Order: sequence, then C-alpha cells, then structure tokens
Amino acid sequence: MATVVQEPRQRRGWTDLPVVWHVRHSAGLQRGMLIAGLVLVLGIVLVAVLAPFLAPYSHAQMSGAAGPFPRHAPPSGEHIWGTTVGGYDVFSRTLWGTRTALLTVLMAVSASLVLGVGLGLVSGFFGGPLDRVLVMLADAVYAFPALLLAIVVSIVISGGQSSYFGGVLSAAIAISVIFIPQFFRVVRAETLQVKAEPFVEAARVFGMPRTRILRRHVLRNTTRSIPLIITLNAAESILTLAALGFLGFGIDPTAAAEWGYDLNRAVADTSSGIWWTGVFPGSAIVLLVLGVTLVGESLTDISDPRLRRRRHRGRKKA
Amino acid sequence: MTVTPDQVESPGRLRGVGSLGRYVLLRFLLIFPTVLILVSMVFVVMRVAGDPITASMGGRLTAEQLEQRLTEAGYNRPILVQYLDYLGDLARGDFGRTTDNQAITEVLITYGTATLELAVYAGLLAMLIGIPLGRFAAYHRDRASDAVFRVLAILAYATPVFFAGLLLKLVFSVWLGWLPLGGRASTQTQISLGTIPGASGLLTVDALRTGRADLIGDVFSHLVLPAVALGLLTAGVFVRLVRTNMISTLSMPYVDAARSRGVRESRLVRTHAYRPALIPIVTVMGMQLALMLGGAILTETTFEWRGLGFELARYLAARDYVAVQGIVALLAVIVALTNFLVDVVAAFIDPRVRY
Repeated sequence: MATVVQEPRQRRGWTDLPVVWHVRHSAGLQRGMLIAGLVLVLGIVLVAVLAPFLAPYSHAQMSGAAGPFPRHAPPSGEHIWGTTVGGYDVFSRTLWGTRTALLTVLMAVSASLVLGVGLGLVSGFFGGPLDRVLVMLADAVYAFPALLLAIVVSIVISGGQSSYFGGVLSAAIAISVIFIPQFFRVVRAETLQVKAEPFVEAARVFGMPRTRILRRHVLRNTTRSIPLIITLNAAESILTLAALGFLGFGIDPTAAAEWGYDLNRAVADTSSGIWWTGVFPGSAIVLLVLGVTLVGESLTDISDPRLRRRRHRGRKKA
Repeated sequence: MTVTPDQVESPGRLRGVGSLGRYVLLRFLLIFPTVLILVSMVFVVMRVAGDPITASMGGRLTAEQLEQRLTEAGYNRPILVQYLDYLGDLARGDFGRTTDNQAITEVLITYGTATLELAVYAGLLAMLIGIPLGRFAAYHRDRASDAVFRVLAILAYATPVFFAGLLLKLVFSVWLGWLPLGGRASTQTQISLGTIPGASGLLTVDALRTGRADLIGDVFSHLVLPAVALGLLTAGVFVRLVRTNMISTLSMPYVDAARSRGVRESRLVRTHAYRPALIPIVTVMGMQLALMLGGAILTETTFEWRGLGFELARYLAARDYVAVQGIVALLAVIVALTNFLVDVVAAFIDPRVRY
C-alpha cells in the first residue's frame, strides 16, 4: 500500500543519504563550512587509520635503538614534536591519540543512538506510566552537569580497567550516559507528532500490528534530526573524553595514547616554558572538534528550511 | 528549546486565570522528584563502586580492621536501609563529612564563594562578548564577517577550557610575564584580605572594600586568565545561540510586517528581533550553569583556583567518595533550584511558556 503512494517520488539513491544530500543542497559559505568540516574529519580519520605507518614510535615507547628517549627534549630531528616529562614521543602519542578519540566517539555515539532512539520511540508511541518515568529520568540526567555524571559513572566502571579496549569501552559508556537523554527527548517528541499523522491512523485501521507500525511508519519518519544530534554529540564526546583524561579518569596512559591525559601532564610543564607537550595534543582536540562541529552546524542550517530559505531571500535583495 | 516535553503534552490543561501561579507551583513541585532521582542515581552508582572505606583504605587495613570500620560507619547494613538513612540525612541538610572530617556543607560555603566569583566574572565576560557578536553575526548573516565570527565561536567551543588555559598561561604568564600563573591571590594578599572584618570570601569584593590599589591589582590580575578561559567557552555558546535565534525571529511574520511598513533593517534587528531572541537565552543560561560547573572543575584545576571544582577534583583523586557523593548531591540541588528559577523567569517574560 505504502509503495503505491511513494511510487511517483524519485527513487532513493546515494544522493539522498544525509550528508551527501546536504552537500548537494548547500551553496556559498554554508557549503564552504560543510566541506571544510568534512575535509578535517576525513583527514583525521585517515591519520587514525594510517597511524601505524605515520607514527615513528608506539604510544607507550620510551626508548629507541639509541637507548632511552630524553625527557622534556625540545622538538628535534629525532623527535619532531619533542618528548614529554615521562620520555614519550609527543608526535607519536598525538597521532595514536586520533585512534583512541575516534574509537571512543564511535562507540559512545552508537550506544547512545541505539538506546536513546529505542527508548524514545517506545516511550513516545506507547505512552503511559513508563513514558512518564522515562521523561522524568531523562530530564533529571539532562539537567545535571554532564562531566560530573561521566566522572561518577567512569569511577564505577573503569575500576581496574587497564587494557586498551576496556579503557576505551568504559570511557565510551560514561560518555553515552550523557547522550541517551538527548536522543531520547528528540525522538520522543518527534514520535508524538508522527503518531498523530493520518498515515499512522490509516495503518492502524488496516489492522497492521503495532510493532510493524512502529518500525515502518514511525521510526523512518523520526530519523530526520538524528544526523544533526550525532555530529553535535560526537563533538561533545571528544571534549568529554579529553576532560575525563585531564582529570585522571580516562584511559590508562600505558594502554592508549589519550590527549586529555597528555594535557594534564603538560599543565605542569608550562610554568617552565615547555610548550610542545601541550600545544600539539591540544591542537589535535581543537581540530577534530572543529571539524565535527563545522559539519554539524552546517547540517543544522541546511536542514532547517527557515535558515535555508532566508538565505535565498536575502540574496535576491542584495 | 524553551518548551520541555511535559509542556507539550498537556496543552490547555492549565488555561485560565492564574496560569502563571499554577505553573510556578507545579514547576516548584517538580524540583523534588528531579533532586530525588539525581541523588538516588548518584547513591546507587557510588555504592555499586563499593563502599567508601574500602575504596580509600583498601590496602592499608587488615580484613578485621576493615570489617570493624565498616560496621562502625554502617556500610554493611542492608543497602535499602542505608539508602533511606541517606535520604533522611539529606532532608535534614546533612550531606555527610569528608574523610578529614569536614562537613560537606562547610566545604561548599568555604570554596563555593571562589567558584561563584569565577563563574560570575566569566559569565559577565561571556555576555559582554557573546551577545553583541551574535547580534552582529545575525545582522551580517552569510557574509564574510558572519562566517569569521561563526568560525571563531566554534573555535571557542572546540577548545577545551584546560587547553585554552594552558595557552593563556604559556603566553601571558610564562612568555610575557604579565599575569600570575595560578591561584586566587598571592599569599600576602590572601592574609591581608582574611583579616578585614566581615570578609565575604569574594576576594574582588573584599579587595575593593579595602580600597588598597596593591590588593585590588593583585586579586584582579589573578582573576583575568581563569575568567577569560571559562568566559570564552561560554561566549562561543552565546554567539551561536543569539545568532540562530535572531535569524529565526527575523523570519517571523511580524518582522516581515514591520519590514513592509518600511522599518529599516538595522532597526528591525535592534528592536524587533533582538528582545524575543533573548528569551531562549535566559533558559539556556540556566543550562549554562550546569556546563559552567563542569567547566569550573577543569578551569580551577588548570589555574589552581581553590574553589569547589578544585576541591572536588582533589577528593576524586583521593578516592574520598563520601565527599564526592556529598558535593555532587549538593550540586544537584543547586542545579535543580537554578533551573526552576530560570523557568519561572522565562514564564514571566514569555506567556507562551505557561501553556
């Protein structure tokens, strides 16, 4: 039935995929910002993938063929971004850090996506006491300082996690706790709207099972704003991971290279004028968050008809 | 952004006379479940982590000693009894004691003033920078200057406050030597300010009251870098918020109506679109408090600013989970109260919020 109605519409191809659609429907500065963001993000993904080939040393390596690395050595041919107080190579740790950051973000965002969207759909569609309880929980969590929550959660789960995967996983769980309510709120609100649409009513009249209505009709129509939340949350989770690391609740430094931890060590270095231990990992965080946020902001603008339409109107006048 | 789901749910339920009063009352009652949920969540999560005594003393006591300490503190009673006990203590305003036997409420009063001082100056700075820039960007939207400000705002957001702090310290304290590296004031100043009668703990206020230029200079020179670091982060949020909201209001029918009457574009931006665009900002400022408290932990750690965030980080590192639980619970109450106030203010400004 539904296919008959949809037939006259253009076939869905790869150009209808969220980000691709946005690039095609953008222009001028908006397009510039979107593409700049995409280039930054893809560049960093490339660095993460190629880290084994690009990084001269491993993330926890403190000595080379010529003996132990010097401590606090300024940038040189041997260590192009210098070494830290512990004798780590800053360049290698910054490169390896991209992997930790991207992996954590990927896991945190997908976990909160699945849980948040699922709960939001069920809560909005079925309503009732479960809905009320979930809304109240989500509101309470949403109002609370996110970083504190992540710290509290990570205290619990990270106890004794020193492996790479365990560390990344516990950081990801701590971060996803913050984001579940955000997905939940948005999807629930959209579900409430879609639920009242005539086509849902029609499906119900035809006797379609409720779970099928939920999957086919409601879920597909509530996914509109999800790419935007994903990008915004991705940016936020990079910052949260760094903050956790900075406060000493992140991943063990011998298990993985993590920028926040490196910055924590670097704060003490600044007073003696040592800049290279902080500036490089810090800039890496800024670049990654900048890229992701540029993508997210542009997607928001291009998706919002009010923001998009106004641009064309303004241009005619000019 | 201003409308929360529970407001969408029941349109018209509270229509009629005294809707503001009823809204405020309902909103006030909502504080209790919110606080209860947060406090319970923190309790459960912290207990899952284990009891505070094992956490802090774990390796240092024998099994019998540990057992004895646990019994004394009541940590081996049923978890439900402990929970009800804890809630009872909270209701009486007792948030527990730290391992060095300070009441949490005392810790809050001693160090809360330092955090408050930092947050107020950072907030002021953020408003002074963020709101005019956001307005400017909205007015010049999609031109080069708008793009520059937007990228700057995103940069302010993308820079972790501890990295911004590190760079500021590096440039202004180490290389230029203009400003101190950290702390709230030099030891000498802190001693002099501690002795003045009726000291408020807000060092800038106390220093201004003495009227001594050396004290004022010392206190403010310590304040500049932390306030700028925390303020820039928030200013970035404000720029983005003001810009988006102004652009939305600028496309409202009433603005079009004014435009068609020949009202100049600059006046539209200045008066017609500006004020309505500020309403969501009031709401978001409340949420900013939560963000600022998070940011304060990081800023205070970076600058050794001895406030609540610095102390919290210290207790976290020392694994003093009673203190952590107490401070977090207390912060939950503060955040819930602030959100209540913010919602009431928003309801006063905008009748639509009250349904």
